Amino acid sequence: MKLLLPLPVVLPLLGSALSLAFHRRVRIQRWIGVVVLVGTLVAGVTLLLMIQESGSASTQIGGWPVPLGITLVADLFATIMLAVSTAMVLVVLVYAIGSPTTADEATFFHPVYLMLAAGVSASFLTGDLFNLFVAFEVMLTASYVLITLGGRAEQVRSGMTYVVISLLASLLFITAIAMVYASTGTVNLAELATVMPEIHPGLRQAIGALLLVVFGIKAAIFPLFFWLPDSYPTAPTPVTAIFAGLLTKVGVYAIIRTQTLLFPSDGPSTLLLSIAGATMLVGVLGAIAQDDVKRILSFHIISQIGYMVFGLALFTVAGIAAAIFYIVHHIVVKTTLFLVGGLIEAETGTGALRRLGGLSHTAPLMAIFFLVAGLSLAGLPPFSGFVAKLALVQEGLALDRPLVVGVSLLVSLLTLFSMTKIWAGVFWGSPDEEPPGARIRATSRRTMLISTGALVTLSLLIAVAAGPIYELSTQAAVSLFDPGHYVATVGSR
Amino acid sequence: MSLATAVVIGLLYGLGTYLVMQRALTRIVIGLALLAHGANLLLLAAGGRAGEAPIVEEGATAAYADPLPQALALTAIVITFGVTAFLLALAYRSWILGGSDEVEDDVEDRRIAQLGHGQRQ
Repeated sequence: MKLLLPLPVVLPLLGSALSLAFHRRVRIQRWIGVVVLVGTLVAGVTLLLMIQESGSASTQIGGWPVPLGITLVADLFATIMLAVSTAMVLVVLVYAIGSPTTADEATFFHPVYLMLAAGVSASFLTGDLFNLFVAFEVMLTASYVLITLGGRAEQVRSGMTYVVISLLASLLFITAIAMVYASTGTVNLAELATVMPEIHPGLRQAIGALLLVVFGIKAAIFPLFFWLPDSYPTAPTPVTAIFAGLLTKVGVYAIIRTQTLLFPSDGPSTLLLSIAGATMLVGVLGAIAQDDVKRILSFHIISQIGYMVFGLALFTVAGIAAAIFYIVHHIVVKTTLFLVGGLIEAETGTGALRRLGGLSHTAPLMAIFFLVAGLSLAGLPPFSGFVAKLALVQEGLALDRPLVVGVSLLVSLLTLFSMTKIWAGVFWGSPDEEPPGARIRATSRRTMLISTGALVTLSLLIAVAAGPIYELSTQAAVSLFDPGHYVATVGSR
Repeated sequence: MSLATAVVIGLLYGLGTYLVMQRALTRIVIGLALLAHGANLLLLAAGGRAGEAPIVEEGATAAYADPLPQALALTAIVITFGVTAFLLALAYRSWILGGSDEVEDDVEDRRIAQLGHGQRQ
């Protein structure tokens, strides 16, 4: 266990270095990427199975005693996120290798991509507020490079916004860490969990609010979401897909982790519930106004984040379990949708709805993929989104919060509307304007279709295995509700 | 924390915030750098009073300075330095491509502005 725990971080880091050494040999880089990520996935899934069997685990890198060393903690929530995210990183890499227009051939795509994977894993596993900052920076710096890969004018324009906003959030994060250290004398999450309740309530609230803003910017919750729909669509498809699937969810993970561990609340938080409702509504309304596949999907990321915050805001085991299930479902489905969006662009050369049409005849497989993922996103039975939303709505009603439940149902309906809009625009009818035409080789098309198909299958599996996965989420939520458990895990080396 | 440190930190945050809200990219970059300095100073100040160098020797009893915030500040400096360099490169690229140092409107804003413009005519 002690050796297994750092592996999901160490493997991609080593792979990244190795990949950099072969920076002129794309073929070798591809193999390094795939092998390393398969290894990481195996490590992640093994960790998940072991944790589920024997409870949380922790290790100290370098062997220093608890508050000094670099603490890695794996509890069930962290490992669920780790396993799902690594699977996404792997599938999207395969897609990127097949993808014709990217960036896979750019010299530094592979090293930077693996660095991103390392940063994401580290964010999930770290047990220390400052190392969370470092992991975020590793992930974000890699994402800065990926989002501007190619250096086209629009990428530089939107990348600029992205970098400035993220850097600002990082500086706020440092400020928050300084405040935490000044008031408690530690940055170790487990120690903080024991010390936090003792400090002045006003100070605690200020720190809590500051951290919420910091992670809220990363997670793109209302009203801190403006950067997202502007910057994501300009990047190459595989990059957008992995950002959509993972980066904002790392923010949500950090929100859930800090709010449950450091600032536990007795009952539903009205502040978070209002944020959740506004995030859902604004995101979906933004999506309805768009007429480009990737931009529509980008706005939906925001509205979906609202559902996860909704689950957290209820502050009950069932609510947080629903949020965790929702995150798992969302990561898979959202990534799939972006990959299908990329397939559409590769097939026709555009993502603008008015220039698309009739793809259900020429590319039926794509239509099926989109249908499954789109209906799942909207939350129609029997797909995974239905289970996730049902759990949220049930818990919301049980706690007597009809307003936010109503908003979430309305947003589901609007999501369905906007998916129908893509469906009608892309797969039915005929284009209003001639599309620019395909730019895709048969072999690369096959690779892209296979990787997208794998994700669609995975999302169907989530729906089929909804029972066990929901049980796992509940188990994770129970341990999140017991900060003492986390503290004991770190304490018992 | 001494009053001087507090005032300097406040000034750095204030100036940084002001500059970040400007339209020119170079000013934003400088503003972010100032904010970063402010944040790093705050980290140092969080460690409490200055003291002896924190090197443990046999029999030494002097009050050590807290080494942890210094280590944190060092890490934070390296990270913000790297990202600021990247940001400068990006600003330079933007200047080469567009010939201007201004932050451009995002696509949506431009479209809405055009719509409004069309209606007025």
